[in-house]
Amino acid sequence: MNDFSQAFSLSLDLIFSLDARLAEIVLLSLRVSLSAVLIATLIGLPLGAALATLRFPGRRTVNAFLSSLMGLPPVVVGLVVYLLLSRSGPMGSLGLLFTPTAMIIAQSLLITPIIASLARQVSEDLWGEYRDQLTSLGCEPLRAVPTILWDGRYRLTTAVLAGFGRATAEVGAVMIVGGNIDHVTRVMTTTIALETSKGNLSLALALGMILITLSLTINVATFMIRDQVKGESL
Amino acid sequence: MTLPGSILPLKLIDLTYAVDGQKLVQNLTLEFTQGPKTLILGPNGAGKSLTLRMAHGLLKPTSGQVQWQQRHPQRHQAMVFQRPVMLRRSAAANIDYALGLKGLGKAEAAELRNEVLAKTGLSGIATRPARVLSIGEQQRLAIARAWALRPQVLFLDEPTASLDPKATRAIEDLIETIHAAGTKIIMSTHDMGQAKRLADEIIFLNQGVLSERTAASDFFTSPHSAEGRAFLEGELLL
Ligand SMILES: Nc1ncnc2c1ncn2[C@@H]1O[C@H](COP(=O)(O)OP(=O)(O)OP(=O)(O)O)[C@@H](O)[C@H]1O
Ligand SMILES: [Mg+2]
Repeated sequence: MNDFSQAFSLSLDLIFSLDARLAEIVLLSLRVSLSAVLIATLIGLPLGAALATLRFPGRRTVNAFLSSLMGLPPVVVGLVVYLLLSRSGPMGSLGLLFTPTAMIIAQSLLITPIIASLARQVSEDLWGEYRDQLTSLGCEPLRAVPTILWDGRYRLTTAVLAGFGRATAEVGAVMIVGGNIDHVTRVMTTTIALETSKGNLSLALALGMILITLSLTINVATFMIRDQVKGESL
Repeated sequence: MTLPGSILPLKLIDLTYAVDGQKLVQNLTLEFTQGPKTLILGPNGAGKSLTLRMAHGLLKPTSGQVQWQQRHPQRHQAMVFQRPVMLRRSAAANIDYALGLKGLGKAEAAELRNEVLAKTGLSGIATRPARVLSIGEQQRLAIARAWALRPQVLFLDEPTASLDPKATRAIEDLIETIHAAGTKIIMSTHDMGQAKRLADEIIFLNQGVLSERTAASDFFTSPHSAEGRAFLEGELLL
């Protein structure tokens, strides 16, 4: 118990003294996850909206497939990206394995289906409301995609936040493709795993508190957006 | 009958709409010509909305045809729905959006938009988000948006069903104005008083079937069909 309280006060010291090592890890985490969110958003939002407005054979299958990808185990994504990027793999010559870029690729793959699926749900609601009117105005389903994205902008933010939350919290994928190399690919989750097993609880605890704060912030923001959308019919 | 450049007359030929084998609109044959304000009257569930949606091209009939006189009739018609559908932007931007889809440039669109906003009495609320407007204002905006497209034919599906008498009056006045400016009005209602105020001719539907088509002056004094008569009497009893 004494150990724990000591680790706890040490971890607070680390946070409030803006410890350089801690900061490096947090910043790399944010860089990797924000990059992945950016990529996944650019692909996922238009994809989700298009799946809501376009009618084509096999649409249900595509939607079901996309939804099932939402629950993809991060370690499996990590494994697949590892195989692609490893020296003997198809993209091995790029030399990306064990770099932050590899981690960005893995997290993008992991959260694009999440953002796309959630965006599709939001877009389907909006399209249900708009379809007759937009069709009447001569708006083709594909042309409706930017309209849906703009008019659903507040609600779609929650899809992006969900993707960000998932990216920052996952360990498996970045562990495998990043390799958890000190000063290179060590992010919050992988550091927590490593330092805990080494018994270095203060750093692990400090990172854990930051991670929880981040996750709570995301959830509160999501809640507030939902509330706002309901109240003002945005 | 056909004016040069006109998409009218509109012919509905043996139109049927069925769901799970149940015919909700049955063998409807009708012609709509330039001129009179046509009111489609009938009780709830008569098939008024389905008929308008098929005529406007929003719903594919199970069988039968919708015939217009031009190759791109869609560009020359517009529709106003029972519940106004407002995009999540300002009142003015709602109209601009519709004009943009038609390919109008910004300046031209702004001019046209300001004109219809003025004509519909909405200039003062042009910059407000459309979805915070009252339902009556939203419906006027929906009509302004449709009117801005300069349609030859305007479909209206019970446009005043959720409005109070004052707002209803404003919408009816607008419809008269749009008609006077040369747009063919095809509108549904189940409100007898409204039909009396607006209609030049009545199309009476009941359970998906055409009961009669009669000049408004005749319909309200001597309807031809038993269903029309019953509807009129039911209304008088209320
Ligand atoms: N997609 C559908 N599936 C099954 N039934 C439908 C469908 N669309 C409409 N109906 C039914 O068809 C009938 C006619 O509908 P419609 O909306 O055209 O009536 P309406 O004359 O416009 O009535 P109201 O005055 O209530 O608007 C109704 O009984 C309705 O329940
Ligand atoms: Mg109806």
